[in-house]
Amino acid sequence: MNKASDLPGASRYWLLGSIAITIAPHAEHFPAWLLGLCASLVLAQAAMVRRGHPPPHRLVLALVALVASVGVKLQFDHFFGKDPGVALLAVLLSIKQLESRAPRDVHAAVLLSYFLQMSLFLYDQTPLVGLLVIVGTLASTVTLLSLQAPREPALAQLRTGAVLLAQGLPFMLVLFLLFPRVQGPLWGLPNDAYSGTTGLSDTMAPGSIAELSQSDAIAFRAAFRERTPPPAQRYWRGPVLTLFDGRTWRQASSPILAAPPYRPSGPAYDYRLTLEPHNQNWLLALEHPGAGIDGARYTADLRLLATEAVRQRAGFDLRAYPETQPGLTEDARVLALARQLPDGFNPRTRALAQKLARRAASDQAIVDASVTYLRDASLVYTLTPPVLGVHTVDEFLFDTHRGFCEHFASAFVFLMRAADVPARVVTGYQGGEINPVDGTLVVRQSDAHAWAEVWLRGRGWVRVDPTALAAPRRLESGIADALSDLDGLPLLMRPELSWLRNVRHRWDALSNTWNQWVLGYNPDRQREFLANIGVGQPDWKAYGGLLGASAGALMLLLFAWAYLQRPSRDALDRAWANFCRKLAKHGVSRHPWEGPKDYGLRAARARPANAAELQEIADVYARLRYGARHDASATRDLAKRIRRLKLK
Amino acid sequence: MPALRNRLRRFIDHWLFRVGPSEHAPIVLRQRRIFVLPTRSGIVFALALAVMLLASINYNLSLGFGLVFLIAGVAVASIVHAFRNLLHLSLSPGRAESVFAGDVAHFTLLLSNTRAAGRPGLRCSTRAGAAALDLGPSQTTEVTLPLATPTRGWHRPGRVTIETTYPLGLIRAWSIVTPDIRCLAYPTPEPDPPTLPRGPTDQSTGRRSGLGDDDFAGLRPHRLSDSPRHVAWKNVARGGPMLTKEFAGAEGGAVELDWHDLPANLDVEQRLSRFTAWILTASVAGRPFALSLPHWAAPASSDPRHISTCLRQLALYSLQERDDE
Repeated sequence: MNKASDLPGASRYWLLGSIAITIAPHAEHFPAWLLGLCASLVLAQAAMVRRGHPPPHRLVLALVALVASVGVKLQFDHFFGKDPGVALLAVLLSIKQLESRAPRDVHAAVLLSYFLQMSLFLYDQTPLVGLLVIVGTLASTVTLLSLQAPREPALAQLRTGAVLLAQGLPFMLVLFLLFPRVQGPLWGLPNDAYSGTTGLSDTMAPGSIAELSQSDAIAFRAAFRERTPPPAQRYWRGPVLTLFDGRTWRQASSPILAAPPYRPSGPAYDYRLTLEPHNQNWLLALEHPGAGIDGARYTADLRLLATEAVRQRAGFDLRAYPETQPGLTEDARVLALARQLPDGFNPRTRALAQKLARRAASDQAIVDASVTYLRDASLVYTLTPPVLGVHTVDEFLFDTHRGFCEHFASAFVFLMRAADVPARVVTGYQGGEINPVDGTLVVRQSDAHAWAEVWLRGRGWVRVDPTALAAPRRLESGIADALSDLDGLPLLMRPELSWLRNVRHRWDALSNTWNQWVLGYNPDRQREFLANIGVGQPDWKAYGGLLGASAGALMLLLFAWAYLQRPSRDALDRAWANFCRKLAKHGVSRHPWEGPKDYGLRAARARPANAAELQEIADVYARLRYGARHDASATRDLAKRIRRLKLK
Repeated sequence: MPALRNRLRRFIDHWLFRVGPSEHAPIVLRQRRIFVLPTRSGIVFALALAVMLLASINYNLSLGFGLVFLIAGVAVASIVHAFRNLLHLSLSPGRAESVFAGDVAHFTLLLSNTRAAGRPGLRCSTRAGAAALDLGPSQTTEVTLPLATPTRGWHRPGRVTIETTYPLGLIRAWSIVTPDIRCLAYPTPEPDPPTLPRGPTDQSTGRRSGLGDDDFAGLRPHRLSDSPRHVAWKNVARGGPMLTKEFAGAEGGAVELDWHDLPANLDVEQRLSRFTAWILTASVAGRPFALSLPHWAAPASSDPRHISTCLRQLALYSLQERDDE
């Protein structure tokens, strides 16, 4: 049962190394105990390999496996899903390498490590992660190699592994481009498959957007075709929140339409929107999108929806009309909902609204008066607002005076509704930064924003951004300029680190290209690519033919490489062949049976002008070739002499 | 049925694997006689890749596709590496030492690599056994393979498979050669033969000078044909080399080994066995002997050539395949 391992030592070392390289990048998302367990199993194996101990008893390993599984169960609550799956895989691999006795075990461990390397892509698919995985794959492949060629030096094994990987690369490219892509998922995914995606939620409470603003992760990118709208018009519309319970704003149900409920007007902006996955179905389109967008639908509250939740990076070609006047004729029920307020909240704000309404003649006048009030109320725009109690709006407007955009939007809409003007909160993103490297507009989570919309007869839904009243620079130059203090601002958003931002711009441009062309290569992109190379309507025959032809061509190249192996000839042979060639040109070719001395003699007779030289060369060659000692410097001298030989 | 299966087998060997009659040296492996198929590990590997591909589709992992395709490309490249590991390898038949039937004979093949790259992880095998070796750049190596010799007479190794699972163990490339090499098996010496018969010229008053089995006279290096009973096993047990004990015996006269003098109840093989044992005894004792078989006879001699000629005659006695060298 516990017999010593009959694996070559080199294989055990390579296996160990490849597993360490495979598990290490998972450190980020493993719980500490799991990482510790894997590390100690790998270290235990390292110690045993070094001392030449046999693998531990299977019972011990079974016990470790059992404990680890219980740990995974306690940690994740279940076994099925991305995180527990990857955790179990790592445990399995750490145990498998410890009990490897036969080549078969190593094969199994290498396959497991390929799986674990791929699972890294579930979390992150940046070029850096790709590079890490390739290093791991190289190590795993060399592990297999070391089983077959155990007596080769490690460096030669590594070199052969690298050659194999390099020869696999063209196949990868061809398969990546031409292997028929199917849009996943093929079956249900575990619930946690998309955990870890950040973005707006469909509710808003004080503090929720401020929290999102701490992240400088990219929300989406927009590449404008011709011109870019001015910063003040860059409102990217997300959830529209109509229902209010005194603290939290929620969406009201809104009918889904095939065409936009407004007539687009004013200047148009064409752009390509590339959304990072946020696991929601709203598209953060620039207000207000035009008609006729593939794979998108409209809602009565002016949002643009995808047919399914955006679970992977997705691109949409959109056109925006920022100066459209939507909602000129609005449903009475929608307006009624937009006037509702819960009873018993914010009495001071209600009183203020009534006071403002009494003085004003129209809804427009009420809006203007409220705007004026808010502007003069010396409110402070801050990422770290104080915690609010029950009457959130009252406390913000009259006591704390400090808030983030959700406080401003919430207060303004409450004020409007208290004055019987239809109003609602709109969340989304505002602004964005143009990357000077590739010209795309990059919108980050820190650009998340909330603003207000009021409905005015004859003008429809009009956007009012109360945040801009307190911090007008928010619109023009982004959040970093607008904040009155820099507390809690992500490091890279701070203005003094401009050189760092410059580096980040370059990195962003690079990863945008990567996202578009590598990660975003989906069935649509593949059809586009095939159309570009002249296959308009790809069917299975076209895929098969293209794939077969390219793979066949690559295979032929590989076989040519296998055939074109230089026969081994050492320097001395090469020099002698050179000598014979030179003489053959002058009519003295060597007979196959002729030894060097005879040949030298014959050549000397045939070319009396060089007689001495020719005979000496032949003699030296014979001495070097058949002499007892190998003499590298004499060989070099002879080669030089033959090169310089001029036959007269 | 077995006859049919054998014929089918021969047909497949001939037509698919191109196993022909014995080939003269040297045999160079060219593409037409190198075959590649996945190993069991290779099939499991392919299945695992398919699962990884499904996972990539399901989770829309673009880099997952990339990784699967890269590993698949590596596996495909390894086919060519395996093929290349055998391509243009040259084999020549080496020596085969004669043995006594029932022993395992060994024959050698010379494998030579004529190119600048090495050929690691080669394996040669016959039905009787296998040997693994690595060939360095432009290196020629002798590989020794076992050959079972159940009966006396000529034995050929038949098909020798030369194979490699280098580089990744996923693909097996192999070639079958039939080297022109044969090994002679002498009849099995009778384990406990009667003492040597005395020839007609035997004098009872011999000088004590020659070598026989009476008194221990010294040690000399072991020869394959030496009787195991004379091996100095104590020395072997101490880790020393195989040595044969020599004995000083009464110099007998020439021994006459005559087919017709043997007891009538012995059959042909028993007679051959006994003669073999006697020849060994005589040669160890250094005594000349004469051998006469029904169709062949040799005058008395103790010359090593005489010994091997006689053993050869015994080995091939009444066999189809005569000594055709």
